[in-house]
Amino acid sequence: METKNFKYVYDKPEALVDNVTHYCPGCGHGIVHKLLAEVMDEFDVREKAIIVAPVGCSVLIYDYMNFDGCEASHGRAPAVATGLKRVHPDNIIVSYQGDGDLLAIGTGETIHAANRGENFTTIFINNAIYGMTGGQMAPTTMENQITATTPYGRDPMDVGFPIRGCEILNTLEAPVFIERCSIHDFKNTLKTKKAIKKGIKNQIEGRGYSFIEVLSTCPTNWGMKPQEAADWVKDTMVPYYPLGNFRDN
Amino acid sequence: MSGQILMKGNEALGEAAIIAGCRFYFGYPITPQNEIPAYMSRRLPEEGGTFLQAESEIAAINMVFGAAAAGARVMTSSSSPGMSLKQEGLTYIAGAELPCVVVNIMRGGPGLGNIAGSQGDYFQSTRGGGNGDYRNIVLTPATVQEMADLTVLAFDLADKYRIAVLVLGDGYLGQISEALTLPKPTGKVFEKPWALTGAKGRKPNKIASLRLVPETSLEELNLVLDEKYKEISASECMHESYLTDDADFLLVAYGTSSRICREAVTELRAEGIKVGLFRLITAWPFPAAALQKAAVNAKNILTVEMSLGQMIEDVKLSVKDPEKVDFYGRSGGMLPETDEIKRRIKAYGN
Amino acid sequence: MHERIIIAGFGGQGVIMAGKLLCIAAMNEKKYVSHIPSYGAEMRGGTANCSVVISDKEIGSPTVPKPTIVVVLNTPSLTKFEPIVQPGGLLIYNSSLIDRKPERTDITVIDLKANDISEAEGSTRAANMAAIGKLIALKPDIASLDSVIKALEVAISARNRKHNDVNIKVLTAAYNQ
Repeated sequence: METKNFKYVYDKPEALVDNVTHYCPGCGHGIVHKLLAEVMDEFDVREKAIIVAPVGCSVLIYDYMNFDGCEASHGRAPAVATGLKRVHPDNIIVSYQGDGDLLAIGTGETIHAANRGENFTTIFINNAIYGMTGGQMAPTTMENQITATTPYGRDPMDVGFPIRGCEILNTLEAPVFIERCSIHDFKNTLKTKKAIKKGIKNQIEGRGYSFIEVLSTCPTNWGMKPQEAADWVKDTMVPYYPLGNFRDN
Repeated sequence: MSGQILMKGNEALGEAAIIAGCRFYFGYPITPQNEIPAYMSRRLPEEGGTFLQAESEIAAINMVFGAAAAGARVMTSSSSPGMSLKQEGLTYIAGAELPCVVVNIMRGGPGLGNIAGSQGDYFQSTRGGGNGDYRNIVLTPATVQEMADLTVLAFDLADKYRIAVLVLGDGYLGQISEALTLPKPTGKVFEKPWALTGAKGRKPNKIASLRLVPETSLEELNLVLDEKYKEISASECMHESYLTDDADFLLVAYGTSSRICREAVTELRAEGIKVGLFRLITAWPFPAAALQKAAVNAKNILTVEMSLGQMIEDVKLSVKDPEKVDFYGRSGGMLPETDEIKRRIKAYGN
Repeated sequence: MHERIIIAGFGGQGVIMAGKLLCIAAMNEKKYVSHIPSYGAEMRGGTANCSVVISDKEIGSPTVPKPTIVVVLNTPSLTKFEPIVQPGGLLIYNSSLIDRKPERTDITVIDLKANDISEAEGSTRAANMAAIGKLIALKPDIASLDSVIKALEVAISARNRKHNDVNIKVLTAAYNQ
């Protein structure tokens, strides 16, 4: 077909590798990956970017991003990002972490990197479950939620209440930007992109630590269809994890 | 001896790292290595470098991972209980083939133990220490001068082989002050085209130990690492033989315990007893061939350690007749005694 | 020459520095030297000590379980270290602060009024210098007075170097006593 009279109005971002991901249908990771890649393109920083992958479902994110990438052991992405950023202060460093990584095994690294005001950007995917290992309880698993390790539902009297990451970090002095977003519908997905963009802009301007939490879906481990999963984010997670900006200094 | 200064082992090591071009240090306080972070916190800003006190040993070793992935010369230091925490980072560093220098100023264990010098971490250091099939190069200084000289060497070895190099000292070597001639930079330059610097004008670089897909590629990584370890074993073994050529009796030791052995050798020789010392400088790779040669005419071999017997396993694996290998060790921060070594050697003669 | 020395006193009496001073002076006379402080938990409780070895051959053990020389500036240090002086060895004790006499008869015991000498020369804080001055007068093989005075330039931190004139006076007074 003759295409020379066509104009591209929508394309894959250059910062995203033209590759098939391993994510399940309806998973939120692919959406957030793409938002991040678009932001990198829009700031034209792909050639300066370094992604730090967590342990969890997004462990292979460096294979999907068309820029430099680095592994971190479980929970240590903020420490690895600190090392990278201290050596290359002009590069754009993103730690991309799940809920187990960021708020269970890596709580210490998360809080201290934020508290130092490290000049990198954290994207926190909160889907209330451990995906990679087969659907176990996460620190953000909802009360009464059934998981592989809470077969009778999460009992806060036994294993505590779901932890709110933005609210914890909002007690610290140093972070310049803290926002909770969601990708359960189009409007919120656009807001998520806007928040990621602000987080990267802050870093480019050398302003310090930015934290973007994204409420995301895991239809496979939640045992739902993709639309049911999106609705569950809206109806169950959002009331407990209020969306919005906590800090924008 | 002109140009000599009196310097504490821990500080000599810190200055040597700076001489070697190390500009990034991440660490967490623990006795008896605290002079290293204190020294680096004072000196690195003067050199335009970065000192950062991490929130934990685990964070510190992972900051080292990040800085090494970024292509920098980077170091951390700790002491035994802290080294247990660093093992996670070290196995990832091995899998990702990152160069770095990690200092362990050993203290007594297990557990919190005490803060006196010990050699109880030989197994942990020479066998990898974390999960999986890997090794670290392990250098074992015995003097303040070697604390400095081997640290300079450690950075070159790390870059040459893309491997973690451990400088394995102990609390005595960390705390002792001796005469030191500051080492000179080696001037060696190692290109790091694999480092994460931003994919400008090249394909993206990836630093990872993960080899999920396809399932067979992890074995390929293991075989690549194994080739590297074989090359290091063939090329980098280091030891010192002291009066071993005609020795009827051979002492084998490293680090602080080797100093005490050397004193015993000198005193026994003065009494006409033919005894020599084989001192490790690399604990991994273990200088097995050289030890076998040095031990060939010895009637008895006495392994002396500040532990209850760890290096002795490598000694037994190296010599032709393991039956000849005997052991004397003190643990929990105690030092072997010269008189006891002399008594044991004399007992063999009877 | 092979001297194994312990210098002990209260924290703040400068015993660690006194040991380093001795080492630097002897090092510059081309002797082998080692210095190791008591550290960590051992430091708590207000007493401090260092083990110094000065030798014309390489030094093995950095610790000094059987000292040939002990210098004590306070009573707890006398109690702790008098029993371990090697028979025939030397014990210098600071009789300005120590209110009892040592009991050993198989060693040489030197009574030194270290604080009195220091104060007579114009400092309340140079008892350690008096001890070193006396020690090298008794054991000139370790280092000469001249070497010790030269070593002050290196051993004393820049912040405290203004006290070196009085340090030299105290060293010399004790040396000549």
